[in-house]
Amino acid sequence: MSPRVVIAEDLHLLREGLVHLLQAHGFEVVAAVETGPELLRALVGERPDVAVVDVRLPPTFTDEGLQAALAARREVPGLPVLVLSQHVEQLYARELLADGSGGIGYLLKDRVFNSGQFVDAVRRVADGGTAMDPEVIAKLLASNARHEPLGALTPREREVLSLMAEGRSNAAISQRLYLSESAVGKHTASIFGKLGLGPSDDDNRRVLAVLAYLDAARES
Amino acid sequence: MRRHAVIFGRAAGLGALALLDIPLLVLTLLTAVTTTLGLIFFCFIPVNRLVRRRTMLARRLAGRWLGAETAPPYLPPPPPPRPQPDGWYRYERQLYKTPWWPAWNDRWKWMFADPATWRDLAWLWLNPLAGGSLLLLPLAAVWYGLTLPWTWAPQAAPLGLAVAAAGVAAVPWLLRLYGWWTHLCLAPTVRSILAGRLQRLDQVRQEAVDSQAAELRRIERDLHDGAQARLVAMGMTLGAVEELVDRDPAAAKALLAKARDASSVALTELRDLVRGIHPPVLAERGLGDAVRALALDSPLKVSVTVDLKIRPESPVESAVYFSVSELLTNAARHGGADRVWIDIGIRGGALRVTVTDDGSGGADPSRGSGLRGVERRLAAFDGVLALNSPPGGPTTATIDLPLARVPGAEREKPPLTKRQGVVVALGWGLGWLPLFPQGLVPMFLKIFGTGEKSWFLALHLPSPWQWPLIVLNITMGLALYGMAMAIPVAHSRRHLMSRAGALLETDR
Repeated sequence: MSPRVVIAEDLHLLREGLVHLLQAHGFEVVAAVETGPELLRALVGERPDVAVVDVRLPPTFTDEGLQAALAARREVPGLPVLVLSQHVEQLYARELLADGSGGIGYLLKDRVFNSGQFVDAVRRVADGGTAMDPEVIAKLLASNARHEPLGALTPREREVLSLMAEGRSNAAISQRLYLSESAVGKHTASIFGKLGLGPSDDDNRRVLAVLAYLDAARES
Repeated sequence: MRRHAVIFGRAAGLGALALLDIPLLVLTLLTAVTTTLGLIFFCFIPVNRLVRRRTMLARRLAGRWLGAETAPPYLPPPPPPRPQPDGWYRYERQLYKTPWWPAWNDRWKWMFADPATWRDLAWLWLNPLAGGSLLLLPLAAVWYGLTLPWTWAPQAAPLGLAVAAAGVAAVPWLLRLYGWWTHLCLAPTVRSILAGRLQRLDQVRQEAVDSQAAELRRIERDLHDGAQARLVAMGMTLGAVEELVDRDPAAAKALLAKARDASSVALTELRDLVRGIHPPVLAERGLGDAVRALALDSPLKVSVTVDLKIRPESPVESAVYFSVSELLTNAARHGGADRVWIDIGIRGGALRVTVTDDGSGGADPSRGSGLRGVERRLAAFDGVLALNSPPGGPTTATIDLPLARVPGAEREKPPLTKRQGVVVALGWGLGWLPLFPQGLVPMFLKIFGTGEKSWFLALHLPSPWQWPLIVLNITMGLALYGMAMAIPVAHSRRHLMSRAGALLETDR
């Protein structure tokens, strides 16, 4: 059965583009809405397998879409949401990840250009995984670079960590970095060791653990 | 007893100072004469400086000893002359090699045109007289009264004691009178406050216009060199793809990938540009969350406390956001800080932001252009940046921005006193009574001679008294209404003046 998807985007062209793109990749678009209140109704009413949501929506043109997504997730815990935006903020990423239940994506709108990677990210989120924009991860790592324990990581380990934080599996990381999967496994084990986190098989859990850990390190 | 001793000491001190003013007075007279004769014009500035020093001392003493708080009334000094692009200094139609002449010209004109200069002089010339008669004379009387019985005439003891007692009783009052006189001459007038404020606003406006123009130029340049150029390149690439797509699909595909990358880069550049103009988080979430987002992106450990019940106007938010951003950058780059605490709240009608870091301190707005920029940014909103940065740290920067729209700021105006309130209420409540039924109505009745008396008091009087009472009643009614209107108006005006004075204070 094809995954059911709700799309919220106020720009007509982009909305149609997303609908076509996802339909072409075997998704069933159950609703394509324009405003925040419509989105909330669609999310709670339709209970889609995944939602693709623009942060800024009418009527206020502030963070309407993000608020609707967060509200829907409070009502339907774990509802997979992929948030798109013209700009990415660590602040929003934190809010999205705060409930720790996974099924969260947060990407720049530019990522839609690369349809293969974008559809891949939508699938990952629909399966309860995570898709974080590389730019968020880069900011997160940059703002923590001076603090322990990130300083203790080797450059290779930092690369692996950032790909891992984006939500990629060991297999995807090995492909990206031209490493064998076992080498990636070794790196991740070493990273977990240095960060003092227990090893975990579940891709999503380890992403959340890493992000939560980095956040906690800043707060203390 | 002790209080009296203190008062006597102060009176004696001020009196002595007033006598010491005599040489200074002579000096100013000499300067005036020589200046008028066109001889040694150069004395004007130094002598005036000396006079200002003396009057500043008088103001300080009036505030500290006499309870007559007196703010300096002078117009802000002229800015130092700026060289032209060719390195020369222009003053009117003359060019100078050094800034000395233009600065000197600016300076004497500034002093000469300031009415406070002449009021200073008036005070100085009259002060020996005022100080002598108001302070020294009663002191001398006390002294004379107390010594009289023992020196010349023991039988005059009661008279002497009476004189001394009168002197002792009078000195506190005379001291207060002296304070009032000093305040009268040396305090800022409405005009000087407004003139100072106007000059300040003019300067701020100039800076705001300049910085806005510079900002627009920067945006234009960024767009021109960045996104615009990339879009042109993309268009050309797509044109090439159009030609190639049938002949060489593989090459066309490669070019398309290139075009896509170029669009990505253009988007990134636009994103950065937008962030510099008005950060999206600020538009979406307001100041508190925007500063939190800033804190998260900073390499430092930043704690943010926000207590804002209202959302400030958008330009204020933006000014504060960029100021905090600059302060954070400074803390990281120059201060060597590790932790930063940001506190945003509202204190008494003003938005207050404090940024404290644990860096090495020693920040100085006069050296760092960044801090100057922050000051300029805030000045457009009457905001001020207070920096406390001792060498060795910690550095605390405090931003205070008066808010136009704060609940409670309007109520800051003190209410009328109880007595004023009663008078206003009486005026509004009773004014009609003498004006209409006892004034205007009997007047018309009398003019038209209806003979109706009813309860109109005036018409029951013998006829020579009727008109005077009618006129008196009308006057009384008008006076009551007049008072009811004038008291609140005068009150608001006083409030406005004191606010203008306070604003002028913050400018200094």
